[in-house]
Amino acid sequence: MPRSLIVILIPVFSVAAALLLGAIMLLMLGANPISGFATMLSAAFGSLDGFSATLIKSIPLMLVGVGICIAFRANVINIGGEGQMVLGGLFSTMAALALPGLPPLLLVPVVLLAGIVGGALWGAIPGALKAYFNVSEILSTIMLNIVAVQLMNFLLRGPLIDPGEIERGTRIPQTARLPENSDLPMLVDRLNFHSGILIALAAAICAWVLLWRTGLGFRLRSVGLNPDAARYAGIPVKRSIVIAMMLSGAMSGLAGAILVFGSESHRMVTDGSTMGFTGSAGFNGIVVALFGALHPLWTIPSSILFGGMLIGANSLQRVAQVPSALIIALNGLIVIFVVSTEWHRKRLQAESKVVNEDVVDK
Amino acid sequence: MTHSDSQQVDSALPASSIETSLEKAPMLEMCGITKRFPGVLANDNVSFDVRAGEVHTLLGENGAGKSTLMKILYGLYQPDEGELRLHGKPLRLRSPLDAISHRIGMIHQHFMLVPTLTVAENVALGLPSQRGPLTDLKRVSRRVNELSDLYGLQVDPAAFVWQLAVGERQRVEIIKALYRDVQLLVLDEPTAVLTPQEVDDFFTILHEMKRDGRGLIFISHKLQEVMDLSDRVTVLRHGRVEATTTPAQTTRNDLAALMVGRQLDSATRGNRASLTSETPEVFSVNGLRVAGDRGVDALKSIDLQVHAGEILGIAGVSGNGQRELAEAVTGLRPILAGDVLVDGSAITGMTPKKIREAGLSFVPEERMRDGAIGDFSVADNMVLHNHTESQFSSAGFLDFAAIKTHCSKLVQDFNVKTPDLDTPTKNLSGGNIQKLIMARELASNPRVLIAAQPTRGVDIGAAEYIHQRLLEQRDSGTAIMVISEDLDEVMALADRIAVICEGEIMGVLDAGNATREQIGLMMAGVSDAANSQRA
Repeated sequence: MPRSLIVILIPVFSVAAALLLGAIMLLMLGANPISGFATMLSAAFGSLDGFSATLIKSIPLMLVGVGICIAFRANVINIGGEGQMVLGGLFSTMAALALPGLPPLLLVPVVLLAGIVGGALWGAIPGALKAYFNVSEILSTIMLNIVAVQLMNFLLRGPLIDPGEIERGTRIPQTARLPENSDLPMLVDRLNFHSGILIALAAAICAWVLLWRTGLGFRLRSVGLNPDAARYAGIPVKRSIVIAMMLSGAMSGLAGAILVFGSESHRMVTDGSTMGFTGSAGFNGIVVALFGALHPLWTIPSSILFGGMLIGANSLQRVAQVPSALIIALNGLIVIFVVSTEWHRKRLQAESKVVNEDVVDK
Repeated sequence: MTHSDSQQVDSALPASSIETSLEKAPMLEMCGITKRFPGVLANDNVSFDVRAGEVHTLLGENGAGKSTLMKILYGLYQPDEGELRLHGKPLRLRSPLDAISHRIGMIHQHFMLVPTLTVAENVALGLPSQRGPLTDLKRVSRRVNELSDLYGLQVDPAAFVWQLAVGERQRVEIIKALYRDVQLLVLDEPTAVLTPQEVDDFFTILHEMKRDGRGLIFISHKLQEVMDLSDRVTVLRHGRVEATTTPAQTTRNDLAALMVGRQLDSATRGNRASLTSETPEVFSVNGLRVAGDRGVDALKSIDLQVHAGEILGIAGVSGNGQRELAEAVTGLRPILAGDVLVDGSAITGMTPKKIREAGLSFVPEERMRDGAIGDFSVADNMVLHNHTESQFSSAGFLDFAAIKTHCSKLVQDFNVKTPDLDTPTKNLSGGNIQKLIMARELASNPRVLIAAQPTRGVDIGAAEYIHQRLLEQRDSGTAIMVISEDLDEVMALADRIAVICEGEIMGVLDAGNATREQIGLMMAGVSDAANSQRA
């Protein structure tokens, strides 16, 4: 079997195997798996409303996933998408509150850029810690997620709280309605289908161009594949690691900003948890990226698939009375299958490499 | 002789010319071994045998099938066809454990020792203790001492392995094999890490083991050693046996020709550029002090000068500061004290990028670790260091057409054998990867070239070519420093030879009248002055 076919078959096989196990779980919960999956499918992709919801759901997944791809290509593992999204949301919110008078054509780019900056800064911290102090980025990004949520809770309960909430004495931790000039332009008004999807698609394509068409991407990939050779060739390895983390954080920060300005309430709200704001996109984005073979362009269909699964899960819960946690379990199963088949593929490659070393000059 | 297999050669030899002791029945026979890998025939009907009390050398270039054959003997691979026989009885080896249980031992080029354990602990590792779950190190130590006395190995069982020099570690490997009482021992390029004098001692030990009736399989590229040590020599090429012969019946040149499949031009230094006092000093190192990985000084204030159009060879046993020297002058390792000058201006402490811009190129020792990115294409690796130059990139975007053009020219110039420019570099052979790196490093016509172990692990044909290119580059005026643990290479290339030992330069000799003995003593730490006093 040609190797390229195997690469394509791996995700298909993973999903099929996960669905099979999911079917068994549905059976154990007393639901009909076939009608259950049919419900999911039609809810996510069967109608314009459903598909629009799926695409909206896929935006943060796509952006975070693209960021994961960039970091991973430089051999940095970013588990801090959640925190970076929060910072992106906070920075963009503050920018919109500070500059309410700007016209939409200016304010929308400004708030998105603020989100990018917030996420990039939050990514730069673990990047610098890894590059210059050899701190594991896996640990530092996870810990910064916790710092980020506390920062969000502090700001939304205090300095950024809607003055109306104080007047009424309700003190719900949320900002005021952000200026209308900062609302993301709508593509289909009726469906609340906003232009965030175009931004995410553009980001994915830009990331692909960056990684495979520019000198910076060349350096990031060379650092990721072989930091020793990169250093020897004069490539600044430490700086490249920081840049990779900043770019990755920037993507998550952009996702956070789009969540705020594309939301129906047009304000930033906290329920005290990161998940309440991000919907766990910072973690699910990792799954999306892995499923997309850590390639920015494959991340696009991958994020739409996972967005659809989340939308489908909600309706499955309503129709079949199945806990939507099942979908989280299904996500996990797909990851396990993707990662283990990936491991299998690597092992195949490693074996053929050993053979190559033994018989170099044929 | 190219198409003959071993049987024809054997029958072609007059029986009387083989010593009677060698006519005993073989201890181990590998009969008609064939091993296929996808797309490649690694061993093609190879027959090979070892008699008790003989050294049978396996000679061949990288990829000739030596390591595949030895991995079959050690139970790591199963042959597709053919069989193994030990003392005439068929033998099936499913794993190294099977091989060990049949008292077959192997000493790898990279020692399999645990540095944080003592010699006795390393010897006992993996063997059952006679005291059940408790260790039995006293008994092991006693036995190690006995063996050490018997074979003159001088190994202290209580010493920690990390404290030992390379030569001593090798003797620990031998003790391990003797402790397990191997009847057959495979030695994979055992002399690569030894000084010429240590090699002599090592051969004495091997002769002792022969006398006990053990069979030894010796793998080496060094033809002189092969001639000195072997009872028989089998040459492999392209997975087939080219010939089995004895040193008495062949010459070094014949063996080399059998290995490569053609007659080789004997490597010569060519016409050495004449150095005068006016020849400018292009590269120099003054009072260089550098820390090694463990924090101890790896270089203790060394001075070196290289002139335009000259090759300075750095000879020395592995691990005496050569790696640290190369890394320090190329900006990969911090310099504690001293200066590095190119054309009189200091490059000390600059980044690798700035040092390259000052005109210094570097062919690194570990070509797959430092020299190239295995997963990158040939074209990508060719511009690894200079992809930012305006000819290859504009506004941050890479110009792939220009990169391809540049790369295909270099691939042709340097005779790099690759299917195309998009091939992942890891798929090329070691020799071709080294030619790729040479092409990249010489493309800028550097003022200074540092070449570390330029032909290590490279097939003879490519090595010959690389030497030729180094000499050409010298003749065009580049100051070249060749750091090599292969003394033959240093003597073949260098105009002057500096010998390094424990981070100090023991002396600098003119290559024209330096002798192997003199260099060998210096490699062992006897300074040039003491050397000449003794003479």
